[in-house]
Amino acid sequence: MLSFIGRRLLQGMLVLLIISLVSFIIQDKLGDPVRQMVGQSVTPEQRVALQQELGLNDPLMLQYGRFLGRALQGDLGTSYYYKAPTVEVIASRLPATLELSFGALLCVIVLAVPLGVFAAIHPRNVLSRAIMVFSTLGLSVPIFIAAVFLMYFFAIEWRLLPSFGRGQTTSVLGLWQSGFFNRDGLRHLVLPCVSLAFVLTPIFIRLIRAEMVDVLHSDYIRYAWAKGISAPRIYFVHALKNTMLPVITVGGIQLGTLVAYTILTETIFQWPGMGLLFMDAVTRVDVPLISTYLMFVGGIFVLTNTLVDVIYGLVNPRVRVSGEH
Amino acid sequence: MNSLHRLPVEVSSARVTRVRHLLIAMRGDKLALFALFMFVFYCLVALLAPLLAPYDVNGTAFMNLENAELAPAWQTGDQRFLLGTDSQGRDLLSVILYGTRLSLTIGVGAVLIQVLLGVGIGLLSGYMGGRLDAFLMRVADIQLSFSTMMVAIVVLAVFQTLFGQAAYQQLAMLMLIIVLGVAEWPIFARTVRACVFAEKEKEYIDAARVLGVSKVRIMLRHLLPNTLSPILVIVTIQIANAIVAEAALSFLGLGMPPNQPSLGALISSGFNYLFAGAWWIAVFPSVTLILMIFVMNLLGDWLRDHLNPQVTRDGR
Repeated sequence: MLSFIGRRLLQGMLVLLIISLVSFIIQDKLGDPVRQMVGQSVTPEQRVALQQELGLNDPLMLQYGRFLGRALQGDLGTSYYYKAPTVEVIASRLPATLELSFGALLCVIVLAVPLGVFAAIHPRNVLSRAIMVFSTLGLSVPIFIAAVFLMYFFAIEWRLLPSFGRGQTTSVLGLWQSGFFNRDGLRHLVLPCVSLAFVLTPIFIRLIRAEMVDVLHSDYIRYAWAKGISAPRIYFVHALKNTMLPVITVGGIQLGTLVAYTILTETIFQWPGMGLLFMDAVTRVDVPLISTYLMFVGGIFVLTNTLVDVIYGLVNPRVRVSGEH
Repeated sequence: MNSLHRLPVEVSSARVTRVRHLLIAMRGDKLALFALFMFVFYCLVALLAPLLAPYDVNGTAFMNLENAELAPAWQTGDQRFLLGTDSQGRDLLSVILYGTRLSLTIGVGAVLIQVLLGVGIGLLSGYMGGRLDAFLMRVADIQLSFSTMMVAIVVLAVFQTLFGQAAYQQLAMLMLIIVLGVAEWPIFARTVRACVFAEKEKEYIDAARVLGVSKVRIMLRHLLPNTLSPILVIVTIQIANAIVAEAALSFLGLGMPPNQPSLGALISSGFNYLFAGAWWIAVFPSVTLILMIFVMNLLGDWLRDHLNPQVTRDGR
């Protein structure tokens, strides 16, 4: 078991190294630190001297080593646009994205679990067939179309909800600007969360249904029926428990999709989170910010995937054994 | 040698009955029949766009600002433009026809790359096994854990900053096909590998090996034909996914440029006019796109249920 965890951790580190190498190359090839520092107003000689002083003429691997050293101390450069350390800029936008994702996931769980379970229990029911057709339809609507039309009807035509931004936020313990604790913030959350949930829910309905159908055909459920256990107890205690484990793992892997979708949603609703920050950085060619975002998101991915792997290995020994070969 | 030469023939006749079997099954399912019909319709429209379009999109008279933002024919009574015109006075119907063609081209192109890479790596990994297999599958796992959209957004954004906007727009189509193609090979590789694992234990492979058939030939002539049905299932859904991804990237400004619009680029430029009341510029391309993706998803699901290989669409 220990060797399994060790191998996964090692692998995670390796992937992180590759990501850091990529973001180092981006920063190195795209940015010109000398011009960034002094502008156009110095002679070529001074420029060369400064390049030497900053170590820009050193071998690439040496520069990469320095980059890693600084990265480990939490210094990934300074944003061209915000004139502040990129790590701080991204950290200040993190709460907005986290709240958006949390709200969306809440909607997904509330909708997908009952619908998926229902479709699995009554596969021949008209309603289940409708659920499945609608989930296919939902899967076919690209998120940006859903988001823009929701915005058009609810914010412009009917003027029910605000169309952009986070609205009023309250400070929680001085380290978190939250929109969850006042009416205005919550009203701003509705449309972006619903748009995100709109495209994620079908994925999870189908996943839960497929897993649950498998579980319902397994021997231990048949045994439970034979024992005379009541239907609700079989469905919601015995079967659902074993359905949710793979669903959560796959959900963990879907994190990447979620991040990509938050970029789209945030761009549409001008939600001041990390995704919008990234797209703005791309338009402004703010290279340090782009590369830091890459490191940041890559780090989160590697962390969750390693965690999911390890947890799965703990719960399901078969994974460990097959990993041994 | 005789028996070896006969093998492909038998495989192809097996495929004929497989197709017939599918067609018979489809006759009983109205939804699937509808999906197939629509899919064929879309393919024809894409192929024949230059013939079907009422206007030549490359002609000099095509863009005429005097005709800008005309509503559809049934609102204005203007019979020249059936679905109205966009902000630059282009006939919306013609632009949508060409957009469908472009979107499908990108989707099919990307999936071709996926199939080539995925099937190649899958065959190699499955047949060779051992350390190579373990290594390739770990790489596939890692690549899959970074979602395609995420990778595509980052890669294209970096390229755009690298080349500058103008040069990037020239290369946009190629870049989209390559990025979407390379990002999703693991899906094919895994499926093919699983298939090969099941097949390579069978006796006909042993027989071929004993007869001294080369490894490459065993993989391509003997194993590959037997992995075709699961590949077919994923292909439809993967094309749909690639088209959606392309549309989303174009929406973010990382895809096709406005003068060469795919459906996604059309929709995103239409959104600017949606709020000003010119609903048709965004609505018609959106409906076209959604319907196309919908029928492809239906078709893919149906194929999976009937060919029944062990792949789950969302299990990744």
